[in-house]
Amino acid sequence: MLCATSRLLAARTATALPSQPRGRGPGARCRRRELHFPGHPEVPLSEFLAGRLARSSVSASRRAILRRGRMPPAVGGGPAGSELRPRRGRCGPQVTRAVGPDVAAEPAARSPKRPARGSRRFEAAGRWALLALVTLLSFATRFHRLDEPPHICWDETHFGKMGSYYINRTFFFDVHPPLGKMLIGLAGYLSGYDGTFLFQKPGDKYEHHNYMGMRGFCAFLGSLLVPFAYLTVLELSRSLPAALLSAALLTFDTGCLTLSQYILLDPILMFFIMAAMLSMVKYNSCANRPFSAPWWFWLSLTGINLAGALGVKFVGLFIILQVGWNTISDLWHLFGDLSLSVVTVGKHLTARVLCLIVLPLTLYTATYAVHFMVLNKSGPGDGFFSSAFQARLSGNNLHNASIPEHLAYGSVITVKNLRMAIGYLHSHRHLYPEGIGARQQQVTTYLHKDYNNLWIIKKHNTNADPLDPSFPVEFVRHGDIIRLEHKETSRNLHSHYHEAPLTRKHYQVTGYGINGTGDSNDFWRIEVVNRKFGNRIKVLRSRIRLIHLVTGCVLGSSGKVLPKWGWEQLEVTCTPYLKETLNSIWNVEDHINPKLPNISLDVLQPTFPEILLESHMVMIRGNSGLKPKDNEFTSKPWHWPINYQGLRFSGINDTDFRVYLLGNPVVWWLNLLSIALYVLLGSIIAVAVQRGAHLPAEVEGLSQVLLQGGGQLLLGWMLHYFPFFLMGRILYFHHYFPAMLFSSMLTGILWDTVLQLCAWSLASPFLARGMYAAGLLSLLLGTAYSFYLFHPLAYGMVGPLAQDPRSPMAGLRWLESWDF
Amino acid sequence: MLGFLERPVVVTADINLNVVALTAVGLLSRLWRLAYPRAVVFDEVYYGQYISFYMKRIFFLDGSGPPFGHMLLALGGYLGGFDGNFLWNRIGAEYSSNVPVWSLRLLPALTGALLVPMAYQILLELGFSHCAATGAALLILIENALITQARLMLLESVLIFFNLLAVLSYLKFANSQKQRPFSLRWWFWLTLTGMACSCAVGVKYVGVFTYLLVLAVAGVHAWHLIGDRTLSHVRVLCHLLARVAALLVVPALMYLLFFYVHLTLVYRSGPHDQIMSSAFQASLEGGLARITQGQPLEVAYGSQVTLKNVFGKPVPCWLHSHQSTYPMIYENGRGSSHQQQVTCYPFKDVNNWWIVKDPGRHPLVVSSPPRPVRHGDVVQLVHGMTTRFLNTHDVAAPLSPHSQEVSCYVDYNISMPSQNLWRLDIVNRESDTEVWKTILSEVRLVHVNTSAVLKLSGAHLPDWGFRQLEVVGEKLSRGYHESMVWNVEEHRYGKSQEQKERELELHSPAQMDVSRNLSFMARFLELQWRMLMVKSDDSEHKYSSSPLDWVTLDTSIAYWLHPRTSAQIHLLGNVVIWASAGLATAVYALLFFWYLLRRRRCIWDLSEDCWLRWVLAGALCAGGWAVNYLPFFLMEKTLFLYHYLPALTFQILLLPVVLQHVADHLCRSPLLRSVFGSLVVAWYSCACHVFNTLRPLTYGDRSLSPGELKALRWKDSWDILIRKY
Repeated sequence: MLCATSRLLAARTATALPSQPRGRGPGARCRRRELHFPGHPEVPLSEFLAGRLARSSVSASRRAILRRGRMPPAVGGGPAGSELRPRRGRCGPQVTRAVGPDVAAEPAARSPKRPARGSRRFEAAGRWALLALVTLLSFATRFHRLDEPPHICWDETHFGKMGSYYINRTFFFDVHPPLGKMLIGLAGYLSGYDGTFLFQKPGDKYEHHNYMGMRGFCAFLGSLLVPFAYLTVLELSRSLPAALLSAALLTFDTGCLTLSQYILLDPILMFFIMAAMLSMVKYNSCANRPFSAPWWFWLSLTGINLAGALGVKFVGLFIILQVGWNTISDLWHLFGDLSLSVVTVGKHLTARVLCLIVLPLTLYTATYAVHFMVLNKSGPGDGFFSSAFQARLSGNNLHNASIPEHLAYGSVITVKNLRMAIGYLHSHRHLYPEGIGARQQQVTTYLHKDYNNLWIIKKHNTNADPLDPSFPVEFVRHGDIIRLEHKETSRNLHSHYHEAPLTRKHYQVTGYGINGTGDSNDFWRIEVVNRKFGNRIKVLRSRIRLIHLVTGCVLGSSGKVLPKWGWEQLEVTCTPYLKETLNSIWNVEDHINPKLPNISLDVLQPTFPEILLESHMVMIRGNSGLKPKDNEFTSKPWHWPINYQGLRFSGINDTDFRVYLLGNPVVWWLNLLSIALYVLLGSIIAVAVQRGAHLPAEVEGLSQVLLQGGGQLLLGWMLHYFPFFLMGRILYFHHYFPAMLFSSMLTGILWDTVLQLCAWSLASPFLARGMYAAGLLSLLLGTAYSFYLFHPLAYGMVGPLAQDPRSPMAGLRWLESWDF
Repeated sequence: MLGFLERPVVVTADINLNVVALTAVGLLSRLWRLAYPRAVVFDEVYYGQYISFYMKRIFFLDGSGPPFGHMLLALGGYLGGFDGNFLWNRIGAEYSSNVPVWSLRLLPALTGALLVPMAYQILLELGFSHCAATGAALLILIENALITQARLMLLESVLIFFNLLAVLSYLKFANSQKQRPFSLRWWFWLTLTGMACSCAVGVKYVGVFTYLLVLAVAGVHAWHLIGDRTLSHVRVLCHLLARVAALLVVPALMYLLFFYVHLTLVYRSGPHDQIMSSAFQASLEGGLARITQGQPLEVAYGSQVTLKNVFGKPVPCWLHSHQSTYPMIYENGRGSSHQQQVTCYPFKDVNNWWIVKDPGRHPLVVSSPPRPVRHGDVVQLVHGMTTRFLNTHDVAAPLSPHSQEVSCYVDYNISMPSQNLWRLDIVNRESDTEVWKTILSEVRLVHVNTSAVLKLSGAHLPDWGFRQLEVVGEKLSRGYHESMVWNVEEHRYGKSQEQKERELELHSPAQMDVSRNLSFMARFLELQWRMLMVKSDDSEHKYSSSPLDWVTLDTSIAYWLHPRTSAQIHLLGNVVIWASAGLATAVYALLFFWYLLRRRRCIWDLSEDCWLRWVLAGALCAGGWAVNYLPFFLMEKTLFLYHYLPALTFQILLLPVVLQHVADHLCRSPLLRSVFGSLVVAWYSCACHVFNTLRPLTYGDRSLSPGELKALRWKDSWDILIRKY
């Protein structure tokens, strides 16, 4: 089956490169180019410039076959084109037979006749020049007017602020992993930014603060996306025009440009995603020389970039899935190769486990280690973490804590839920709204430190002030009946047979009573988990439960977010189901009691794995807490590929400096069309091959590139796009950009292939060449022109809005939903 | 000519007594004392109300699933002569004598009983022995949870029935593909596959997972067919078209048919009307239709209208105003315009009436002939009872400070110019000169001066606003959102010149009747959309559980408790079967990967035929389990143990497959084989014993003593109810 393919490919080689000497065995010929320059673009520049349909003869998959030594004798019968069929059932007898001749043929392949040295050097120089040109153009567009506007744009307010936190070493909390913000902080630090700017809200002027370092860093990474895309496409398709087209699409996309120019996580994330993709492709093309230095290099670089992608945002997981899929199918092929011993396959497996699992995990963990090491001062994120964790932060009142050890009546305390990311028991001067249980004061949990988190422990049967010096100190013991009075509002923690606001079947918890006088529904039995009757209750260490005396329910937090009336804090309920969950276990964190001596407590120091786990729990909770609200306009995933709506980065009115994140519609709609066309073309080819159609040599080679290289990119696009449909969290337009990178690369490959197919179908070679060049040029120039039209979106514009004919964007508001 | 007379007429009946016997015991186990208990058991309280709606022909909306399942249950009620008069409000309530309990429960029980012979058939079609097939059927027979679920007025057993029917008919079809494609038998089973799939989806949305599985298997088979070069291109095309027609087109049509029957059956208005659009409501008999019938269609200058917000969240409401003004200073210190409040009010009220006025003309009555209002026209809206103009201006709204306040302009006490011109933007217009139509047109009101759009913010105003909903002018209108779209619901041409007269007119109810019907597709699309959008309240239930608890049977559900004794129905599975089915899945997966890896290295443990059989059985049974189980991890709704039953059924089918495989291929010596055989028998007796022990909880027929109940509580997490005497 395979021999036919090789023959066809060989025939194509012959047509594509007529200057090459003929006469060798076809098998040898198609192997020759391959063995010499793994991982290098193969197209002589001169041929490309001459508009010739040059393309390296051997695609990646083809090489994979060669590497495995599966090439049967070149003259075989059998239906052609079976290469595209899934490779199961390959280990038939005829394949094993084929091993011998192929190995034997190898030495012959090492001595091909080369083109003249000079022209080769010239071509190499040309290729480098082209790459340099692409890079330069990308840098030029990204760095042009980078300093404008000199005020905070959109999410710079978050990520700039977090960069400052690293410089100031104050602890904070964010839903994304730390690497991206750490790099921003580092860039700021190195460029001389001192971390004093407050980054309060979008629109604030930077004035004398040095923000260019951070923007420049992001723009630098963003500029690298274009050469990366160029190299990736070149590697996948072996076609300079395809690579050039992809690079042009990305360079001239206003969206990518805008997103790269500000202090955001996205350029960093996209950098790592593209770098991982590029190194994976490079490593695939080294596959014929396993365990060589470049092989190891690209493999471990893939791992490093994966760690980077995941370390910036959790959506880095998608590129991990892609690399994982690639690795599994690769191993599967190796495993089916009977010429490799099981031990060799084991070595392959181990190498991948080391480089793609162990190495990234280590690096990812290391970023957290650095994160926790750098941020050692107390800051705004403390309350999100457990008491034990906070004790690590200098400036936190639990750091080298000096507080009374045992609870006594009259103590002022804060009570923290043991479940991660639930927070402190909290109440405030707002009532539950009409129709939601009794109209009494709300009790919630709150993640931030606040005066409203303070409660006083009182005896259930007397309202006397226990802090009166004439009373002796009386400690609270396990099993005591107590009352918890809210310090700020003097209402008691209360529960009754009313349904909780969100969780049905649980009881409502309220603040009740006036100046501490309530009723018997304010009585709670305090119990220490796993403790005997009568023990004292320790601050921080004791895990306590509060059991409502009248109804027998347990105080807990459901972890659900209350609607607006509850200030989006978390619901507190009293649950009648006495299941042992962390939601209903609390610990006492702050403790103030002037009558007791403060003693120094060593709080249980959490180990690093515990911190790591905890911060992940908090992040996941934070992410899923970002829910869109009713009546709010939210971006839907289906909006994205059609470029339905942009994002305002800066400015609204006609007097403002306006920057609007919107993809270049020409590029985006071309991408959209290309995906549809790709699916159509791909399925036609796949069905044709499955039906056993004999594809002409030229088409055969093109369809290889389309199915293999294009398939990788399509998979990348799908992996970076479709999971968003399942996400419950709030989504934004900029989430689509990683997927957009993949679809632009796919567009490059697709149009190159389509044009070549069209050219191939034309009879006259002159016409074909002309058509190909014309098609390509019109695509390139079209994108460039559309960039010229839409560039004010990215570089900023002042003046009337687009409805006004005097506006720079007049007539360009093609969709009513674009508001610039 | 009369040749047939020469030979005797012979009827050869080929009766598989196995099947007959299995059907008989299946029926016996599911139908025995079916009408007991004569009380509402668990979710019957939920499905029952829909049966009543069907019986009374009242429209309802249930977001939990398409209407086919409800209709099947209602069919039982119809055959039993149920009149729908029963208040389904409490689990355990005694049924009154007009409720035909037996016939209501008959259909689920029948489908549940038929699972037994179907399991047998499926294994046979998969190519396994009669022994294994009988084993599968016997396992289904003694699965307590399946029995409990089938004997009540619930939909799970119906769903499982259609799931298995889809798989069985696909297998029959695939087997006849090898012998005689395009024969009558072939067509029959192919079409039945599609129909069974759509019925499964029609009963519950989760049926879609089995449908996808069948489609995937059919897709793989079709792909092989494409690769079969002995067939001509035309023939391959015919094969593919037949599959597309039967597996895609037929189910889609069937699905539409369910809704068609549903909408034909429930044609009266009822308590769920409110969720639907005005146009939909108007298509129902009674309700809004009674009010709106006979209304003029085209809104003209001088029309009196009520404006309903299309979004309808948090509650459906109408644009409203009343005498009270916005407070001078809000709680947080911001000021207001102190003009008359404009809100959205969720009840019908005389203050919901507005008059459409031409800014250029004075009168508030409809001229003759009426001058219709068109898209793009500038209008003023006059509040009927107070004769004030709808107005918005650059003052922050009370609760949404980023938006503009909307008020009815008051000309005293504050010196602000009135800005009361609104441009009409018909969102669902077909042409730019379209006339504003009652009910049908969805319009945006765009303020002329500030281009703000009238919008329902969804926030409840505080006490001073009587906790009605806030209405604002949204300046940054980003695209289309339903909260900015309004439609005219009630409408009449105003006739009275004088204010007093007009007030009287507004108080009088509106008119006669002509009906205005939506097309079926429009009604279907709206109903389907609303069903998917209805949010199920993800509340914790006492017996709710997480998918992880299901595999190990760490949870149970108390369905019913006898009012006096301890007799109770409790959803509990046969522990032995659950545990071994889980084990069998694990064994299958291990063996599968083992064989797969060995085949890759060209070590052939199984013959090709045997391997294909093994793979197909795994794809359907283990795959059926996975697709019916794993998606629950992603679902956010409240989950119960019974959601696992479809997956469990597939898992049980896998058990005999694995057992037979072990006996045939792994037990090499005859001795080993007989030991294994006796082990299987012992294991099955054990399962029977468990079935028998749990039987009182399954049928609820016998009251157990507290001691016995305590002894049955094998896991701490089982909440078996123990009555305290």
